Parts: sequence; C-alpha cells; structure tokens
Amino acid sequence: MKILVCISCVPDTTSKINFIENDTTFDTNGIQFVINPNDEFGLTRAMWIKEMDNSTVDTINVGLENTEPILKKTLAIGADKAIRINEKPTDGFRVAKLISDYISNNNYDLIIAGRESIDYNGTMVPGIISEILNINFITNCVGLEIDGNKITAKREIEGGTEILSCNLPAIIGGQKGLVEESDLKIPNMRGIMQARQKPLEIIETENDEIGTEIIKFYKPKEKEEIKMIDSENLDELVEIFNKNAKVI
Amino acid sequence: MSVLTYIESKDYKAKKNSFEVISYARALADQLSTDLVILCFNIKNINELSNYGPDKILNINNDELSQFNVQKYAEAISKASSKLSVSHIIIGGSTDCKYLAPSLSVKTNSTYISNVVSLPSSLTPFTLRRSTFSNKAFSDVIIKNEKIIIGICNNSFGLIEKKSSPEILNLEINIPESTINQESIELSSGSISIADADIVVSAGRGLKGPENWGMIEELAKILGAATACSKPVSDMGWRPHSEHVGQTGKPVATNLYIAIGISGAIQHLAGVSSSKVKVVINSDPDAPFFKAADYGIIGDAFDIVPKLNEKLKSFKAVNN
Ligand SMILES: Cc1cc2nc3c(=O)[nH]c(=O)nc-3n(C[C@H](O)[C@H](O)[C@H](O)COP(=O)(O)OP(=O)(O)OC[C@H]3O[C@@H](n4cnc5c(N)ncnc54)[C@H](O)[C@@H]3O)c2cc1C
Repeated sequence: MKILVCISCVPDTTSKINFIENDTTFDTNGIQFVINPNDEFGLTRAMWIKEMDNSTVDTINVGLENTEPILKKTLAIGADKAIRINEKPTDGFRVAKLISDYISNNNYDLIIAGRESIDYNGTMVPGIISEILNINFITNCVGLEIDGNKITAKREIEGGTEILSCNLPAIIGGQKGLVEESDLKIPNMRGIMQARQKPLEIIETENDEIGTEIIKFYKPKEKEEIKMIDSENLDELVEIFNKNAKVI
Repeated sequence: MSVLTYIESKDYKAKKNSFEVISYARALADQLSTDLVILCFNIKNINELSNYGPDKILNINNDELSQFNVQKYAEAISKASSKLSVSHIIIGGSTDCKYLAPSLSVKTNSTYISNVVSLPSSLTPFTLRRSTFSNKAFSDVIIKNEKIIIGICNNSFGLIEKKSSPEILNLEINIPESTINQESIELSSGSISIADADIVVSAGRGLKGPENWGMIEELAKILGAATACSKPVSDMGWRPHSEHVGQTGKPVATNLYIAIGISGAIQHLAGVSSSKVKVVINSDPDAPFFKAADYGIIGDAFDIVPKLNEKLKSFKAVNN
C-alpha cells in the first residue's frame, strides 16, 4: 500500500505568539517549530502499518525551506520519502489544492492528515483534498484499522464516538487516540543516519490567485485583574454564579 | 443572492447553539440587505426558529438524513443552496459542521472560513475576524470569493431575538447513496457533552486520583454542567479521553468554566480561554491559571469543593 502523511509545521505548543511588521506577520524569532501534534499521531500510525505490511510511507508539506528540518525528522522516524511543495502556506484551499495535485500524479491508497493544524486552525485541508479527488474522508479519527481495501475508523463525535467504514482510497484526519502519546515514534541514531540517504523531493509551484489574505493579527485583550475570593467566604462565589454568571 | 444558515438538530429539535448561529446570520443578511433562509433537517417543530428573524425556512424531512453523514449532509446543503441562489452559508463550530464544511465549500465553489468571531468589518473587501493560533490570537482575513461559508465560534456572537413570520419552503432534494457507512455509535449516557454545555466543571492532576472525582461530578450535577479534565488526567486514564480539553483536546467556549486543581499550562489555557467567566480553585497562589481567570480561590480543593456543593444546594433549595 502507498501511504501519504500530510505534515504541517507549527510553533511548539508552549510558544508565545507575537507579531511584527505592524501586526501583519507572525514573529518566528525564538520559536521552535515542530510537527503538528495531530499529524504526529498519524505519522506513527502510518509507521505501524508499514511495519505490518511493508507499505511505503511518504510525507508531504507545503512550505518554504525552513520546514525541511521537520521533513527530515519524518524521514528519521521512518518515512521513505519526503516531499516539500515550495510555497509559503497562507490559504487552506491553496494548500489542499497543491497536495491534491501531487496525489493525483502519484496515486496513494491512504492519506493521513491531522484534524487541524494548531497554528491557523483552519480545519479544512483534508476535507478539501477529499472533495477535489472525490475520495472518502473521515476526520476526528481516534482509531484506524485496515483490512484489505476497507478501513474502519473510530471517530470522536459530540458526546461519544462512532465507528465508520469505507473503501480505499481514503483520507483521514487524525488526532490524539489514533495512537497514544506514549507510543509516538521519535527518531533514533540509526534513523537519523538513514534519513541522510533518503529522498527529499522539492516541487515548484505556479503562481495562482489565492482566495484569502490575512491583513492583520491581534492579540487577545489583556485580562482584567482577577478577583480573589476568600476560601472562607464561599457565599460570595455562590452569589457570582447567581448574579454575574447567571448559572443558578 | 441570499444568506443561508444550516442548523443542526438532535432528537428532532434544533440544537441549542443554533439560535446564536441564526442570530449571526440574520445580522449578516441585514448587513448585506438580503434574505435569510434557515435550512434544517427533520425538525418537528420549527416555530422556535422564527424567534430569531428568518425570512424563509426550508426543513427537509427525509429519513436519509436522520443520522449525520458527511457526504449526504454536504450534498443536501449544497443542492439547497444552489436552488436558492445562496451567496453566504453560515454554520456553527461543532465537530460535524467542521467535518462537512470543507466538502461543502468545494461543492459550492465557496471559500470556507472557520472560527469566525464577528460580523464582517467591511463588505468590500469582505473582511472577517477569526480566532487563530489556538485562541492565542485573532486575525483579520480578506476573502476574495463572492461565495463564502462562515463557520462561527460558539459563544462569540450571542443571541438577538427578532420575531418573524417566515415563509415555509418546500423543495425536493435527492440525497445520494454514501460510500461511508456508520457501523455503530456509542454515546455516553446521561451526562452533558462538553460541546452542548453552558457550564463546564474541569479538574486536573491536583485531584490526586480518579477516586476523588465524586465531588467534581456532584458539583457538575448541581450546576447542570459537563465534566472535563486536563490532559495528564486523561493520559493517566483517570478520566476518559473525551473529557480532555485544551489545545490538543476539545475546545471549550462556555459561559462558565470552573478549573479545579489545574495549573493553567499554556496548552490548557489555549483551549479554554474563550469561555466567558473562568473560576479557578487552586492551592498554589502562583499557579499560572490565576493570571488568566476572572475569579480565583486559593485553597485545598478537597476542603472547598464539598463546602461549595453544600452552599449551592442550599441556595437552590431556597431560591427555586
Ligand atoms: C504538545 C502538548 C500538548 C498539550 N496539550 C494539552 C491540552 O490540550 N490540554 C491540557 O490540559 N494540557 C495539555 N498539555 C499539558 C500541559 O502542558 C500541562 O502539563 C497540563 O495541562 C497540566 O495538567 P494539570 O494542570 O492537571 O496538572 P499540573 O500542572 O500538575 O497541576 C496541578 C495543579 O493542581 C494544584 N493542586 C494540587 N493539589 C491541590 C489541591 N488539593 N487543591 C487545589 N489545587 C491543587 C497544583 O497547585 C497545580 O497547580 C500539553 C502538553 C504538550 C507538550
């Protein structure tokens, strides 16, 4: 089987988010970039499939040269080939379109993305790919089994889970639970050495109109001073529930 | 060109967050000087929808739509919107809406913008503000397409009542077979889901062990709240994964969020910060959560929560 894992390169979750150039640009100064956590679960799940049936696993990212360390990390974890589509990702539809073009030229059976990227939180790349390519799509996946041409996925829904099944080719949106966090694969020395020999394909893009443009960023309003309540005076909290929050 | 809002239903009734979605859509239709159509599936009593000002309602009664299916739902909404010459589709921020919106955007040649927190600040160019970087920031986005799908964040807009006498539409819509099958569904019984809740009571590692959640569940029951937890609590199996909230768990945007024995790590705060009122109970006066909350109590949860439960119970006994 041929598997493609979509990798978004995002600021580490502890990052302080700041903006520069009149609040038009994300300040990457001092920011450590990581594999988007939702994608990382998918990458490990893909490696398990590969260990079972010798599938090939490629990883793909739309990004500029600065994302290559992340792609090399996926190779060190065990991916066979990494693909970087050389364009700054600013629009979810555009990113999905570029990845779809690559997929239609290279025929993958299973595509694994994350349910959302934790930077722009667009929640749209896998869904748009599925519609462009007319393939099945299951997101919020917290479990995935493959049996021949059929996949069975556990999807987290509001208030529970559902089990969905469909045929390949398909694309899924993963999240924590697809594998447990303690199972996440990290590169070892041998992997890092092998990664040096593995291909990192760079694809140039053609200019095209991009449908959205971010013109300004804002930081949330500074929080007003917290009001402390004495632990001996819980009646005050009851009153706040009643008067301010209006919940009782 | 009109505005269409798709309203989710559950047990043949509009979901609670629908009224906020309709309020937003009404305000947008006014801004664009156009009509608002509500689209919903299999709702028994559509009267309550007219409290928020729709001009038309299309309620499709079809067994094929009795269970959420991304392909069937996206197709039905897409067909309805093309028959009604819709320019703007407004949807909520639920997991199901986020699942279907990307497909719908391709089917309708629209641009989808998720996590929107306000009405357009300008119509030309069409500019929307959305939440980004996991609630750590907002951005203003210009959309060049004339056809737009707006997914709004829960609790970001509020309710605006406006009674109307909508025209009831009737449209035949063919629903195709789906290639994705639901094999089974498992819903946790009784408890309120985090997405539906007005109040969330959340507890962290400060509770020391799963056996201590009785008082948390009791507090949630008194308040009619959903229960949630921090990530390590679900990682250790003290609570189910479905209760994990934060940047890598479920987002929370409720009226009241009560955090008990949670330190307030940046990843936790990212997921819960859009809740309106945040109350923190923590024994450590330096816990970072105190910097991000509206009300705080320094003290031992094992002492405070049972007392609070008693006080709330007597308050309710006297006042209800
Ligand atoms: C990639 C990544 C993603 C993450 N995503 C998330 C996420 O989505 N959600 C999330 O929650 N975390 C997330 N985390 C973890 C996060 O960094 C914190 O480790 C976690 O939120 C801490 O959980 P906690 O507050 O329950 O535990 P702790 O940090 O251990 O805090 C426990 C608190 O309880 C207090 N306490 C102890 N005893 C009592 C008592 N008797 N009464 C009152 N208070 C008491 C302590 O003072 C302390 O403040 C993520 C981490 C990483 C690296």
